[in-house]
Amino acid sequence: MNGPFDFTLALADDALVAAQRLAEWTTRAPEMEEDIALANIALDQLGAARLLLTYAGELEGAGRDEDALAYLRDDREFRNALLVELPNGDFAVTMAKLLFLAAYQLPLYTALAGCPDERLAAIGAKARKESAYHLDHGALWVKRLGDGTEESHRRMQAAVDHVWPYTHELFVADPAAPVDPATLRPAFDEVVGPVLAEATLTQPGSAWAPAGGRAGVHTEHLGYLLAEMQVLHRAHPGAKW
Amino acid sequence: MYGNDFSAPSGPPNGAPDEVTGGLLGEVEAAEAELRAAAARGRRGGPTPDEDLAAYFAEVVDAEQKIEPRDWMPDAYRRTLIRQIAQHAHSEIIGMQPEGNWISRAPSLKRKAILLAKVQDEAGHGLYLYAAAETLGISRDELVQLLLDGRQKYSSIFNYPTVSWADVGAIGWLVDGAAIVNQVPLCRCSYGPYARAMIRVCKEESFHQRQGYEILHTLAHGTPEQHAMAQDAVDRWWYPSLAMFGPPDGNSTHSAQSMAWKIKRFSNDDLRQRFVDMCVQQAEILGVRIPDAELRWNDERQAYDYTQPDYDELMRVISGDGPCNRERMAHRRAAHADGQWVREAAAAYAAKRAGQKETVAA
Repeated sequence: MNGPFDFTLALADDALVAAQRLAEWTTRAPEMEEDIALANIALDQLGAARLLLTYAGELEGAGRDEDALAYLRDDREFRNALLVELPNGDFAVTMAKLLFLAAYQLPLYTALAGCPDERLAAIGAKARKESAYHLDHGALWVKRLGDGTEESHRRMQAAVDHVWPYTHELFVADPAAPVDPATLRPAFDEVVGPVLAEATLTQPGSAWAPAGGRAGVHTEHLGYLLAEMQVLHRAHPGAKW
Repeated sequence: MYGNDFSAPSGPPNGAPDEVTGGLLGEVEAAEAELRAAAARGRRGGPTPDEDLAAYFAEVVDAEQKIEPRDWMPDAYRRTLIRQIAQHAHSEIIGMQPEGNWISRAPSLKRKAILLAKVQDEAGHGLYLYAAAETLGISRDELVQLLLDGRQKYSSIFNYPTVSWADVGAIGWLVDGAAIVNQVPLCRCSYGPYARAMIRVCKEESFHQRQGYEILHTLAHGTPEQHAMAQDAVDRWWYPSLAMFGPPDGNSTHSAQSMAWKIKRFSNDDLRQRFVDMCVQQAEILGVRIPDAELRWNDERQAYDYTQPDYDELMRVISGDGPCNRERMAHRRAAHADGQWVREAAAAYAAKRAGQKETVAA
């Protein structure tokens, strides 16, 4: 990645795509309380995405606002990590994604809150509080499912095995960035390791580390997500909503 | 959201809007003040040992005092309230589906955030209402099962599809508008927990109506395609919204008893009229046409004459043959069934934790 624009866009796209996926749970969650909780987290991610996209547009200086960036870029121009675009799967997969994303975003936003760029620092200061809640929520469910019933344990382990390889991309080094993601890995491991242990789950050892999202080379899933998200906006060029 | 268009309809008291919801919100506040005043002036003491309980109950209701969960109440009053509050709760939960259908495609990030928050509010309303019903001695699980088994209904308005973005606006303006007209009188319901829940729900509902109005206003003042989208949505949602007030007064089975119990305070037709009168002015400002050639001011009645909705259609939708009844129920049942293993895991985990605590304590 080069420069604050790409960095900001990557964070924005992580949040936006995560929000889009989480919102898919609306009306489908396992409990009514959980429907509300997942919508809350989706709203937090969407809120962070909007702030970050707006700032990215300003950094770029080409007149693109949050909607131009969200709705008028193709998948090759999205910079989110692959983890967030993975389909929701069952509730265990969604909770694995939530835990890992929050365990990355919390130290990221915390570090950002202290960075010299005032705008990013303000966004980080706001978002880290939200990430702390996301982390609690994800960790609690991973423990419940991991140490719940035989079926939930099996599903949760399968979910962790499935999502784990995608965590590596989150920490690919970028020394020029306002916060180098490689520096966040220890904080992630410190949080995730004990949660998995308490959940009676095994941390996967797989060396497979799929990546490409930061360079705009995504899984096949992102194209469908964007097609749905962008269809109405693109059908009415220039319209106000 | 909610209407009187269940299989066994009944409704509640008043409202009088001029702007989007200005007048109605004033009535919610008045109901809240009344509730406080009633609490402050105190209720007469409990019934004496040889007092007739039915007479005591009637005296409390007639004095505009609230019946509370531990009070004696007639079985039929309890049953009526359980049915009504549960159906209202089910309506909130099922009502998330038609609007939830557009969250993923909302045309701007701001609209997406507002819609997501709105659908989330509906889940919250469902939860308060189930909690209010639980004060009457039934559990949420039992009520949810009654919904899933098709033994309790939800507002049939949610059996219509949302086929365009403008439908999200029309639902906010018309369906939430009708719900508010219906619910504002419920803020004065004789059953305390329901009245209090309604005050809270109505305040949030007025935001919902406002956002729907704003969506339609933006569309109606946008491109020709957007204007057409808005008009098409109003054309499709107008009559089903009128039908939310339930059958005409002559055919409404539960109304008289509910009125006497002060659960309901206005007739279906009175509320429908109030809604029509409110919408006419708003439609002009919005720049959309209400699809009724007979709609005109009646100076004598000081109200608008209008065409009644098709009540045969309402009955068909109530009995299960609306465009989306099957899908709405299948969706809810699937979500419930798919979540079973998760709920079981949460219960098993909680039980293990409780067991560990006991072991530590011992």
